Amino acid sequence: MENNSVHRTSVEYRRKKSAKEMRNQFLTFILMIFFTVISFVSVAYNDLFPSNFVAPFILLLAGIQVIFQLYYFMHASHKGHEMPMFFMYSGVFAAFLTILAFLTIVWW
Amino acid sequence: MMAEEKYTPQTWPADPEKQTLEGRNKFIGFWLFLGGETVLFASLFATYLALKNKGTHVTTNELFSLPLVFVMTMLLLTSSLTSVYAIYHMKNFHFKKMQFWFFITVLLGATFLALEIYEFYHYVHEFDFGFTSSAFSGAYYTLVGTHGAHVLFGLGWITALIIRNAKRGLSLYNAPKYYVASLYWHFIDVVWVFIFTVVYLLGKVG
Repeated sequence: MENNSVHRTSVEYRRKKSAKEMRNQFLTFILMIFFTVISFVSVAYNDLFPSNFVAPFILLLAGIQVIFQLYYFMHASHKGHEMPMFFMYSGVFAAFLTILAFLTIVWW
Repeated sequence: MMAEEKYTPQTWPADPEKQTLEGRNKFIGFWLFLGGETVLFASLFATYLALKNKGTHVTTNELFSLPLVFVMTMLLLTSSLTSVYAIYHMKNFHFKKMQFWFFITVLLGATFLALEIYEFYHYVHEFDFGFTSSAFSGAYYTLVGTHGAHVLFGLGWITALIIRNAKRGLSLYNAPKYYVASLYWHFIDVVWVFIFTVVYLLGKVG
């Protein structure tokens, strides 16, 4: 019986915690929509902005969105994600080298 | 913990996806797979960037239309949120709500895929822009098509989970299955963020 009541409080605590996480995830979603709209608008009206500003700007916004996806939607901010993030950052490192090589030293 | 044990909302553990050895192995193995997928897509992006607008009669600027890509982006982004909702209900042991939000995710994903098929059809018939038209078209279809194939696979996967587990309810046996499927779906959205930025938006800029 005692064990049961301990369970019940921990259930309530956990539900509150995950409801709070849910609110944060929803805010993250709103920000992602906002960044996406900014990206599209800055390209749709690119005669207003210099193109050597627009390109790095929208790439930065994409980078932020991916961080949001990984850390909030895919729960990488929770503990126990050290190994997964090691895998992902290794993948990103290989990705960076591949793209760098194809854009600079590969002759077409 | 027994994978087949029956649970109540009170006895359902936190992190149900990591309670069994099989669940923990799936979790770590699936993230390793996603690390590998990152490299796969990097090679396709690198090829696309190197061959962009090479040997083609239509350029990115003439081909792409932003309104369609914007709608597709909103659909996929929203489907990412609905699968977050599904996992939220999984953690609270609300099986029916979890199934419902995964179903909405599938609907949004299917709409995305339908628009992508329309887009490819449009390019082939209106612009004579087929897979073998040029180095550029081949790289474009391989990159965006591989992503589309991932969406198709994800739809089949989540649909199979929804149907197979409909009468089973939630257990520690199927919780990791739903969890890794939602990770896969988020990863598809991650790749799309780069596709809409690098392929479509940058295709309109320079």
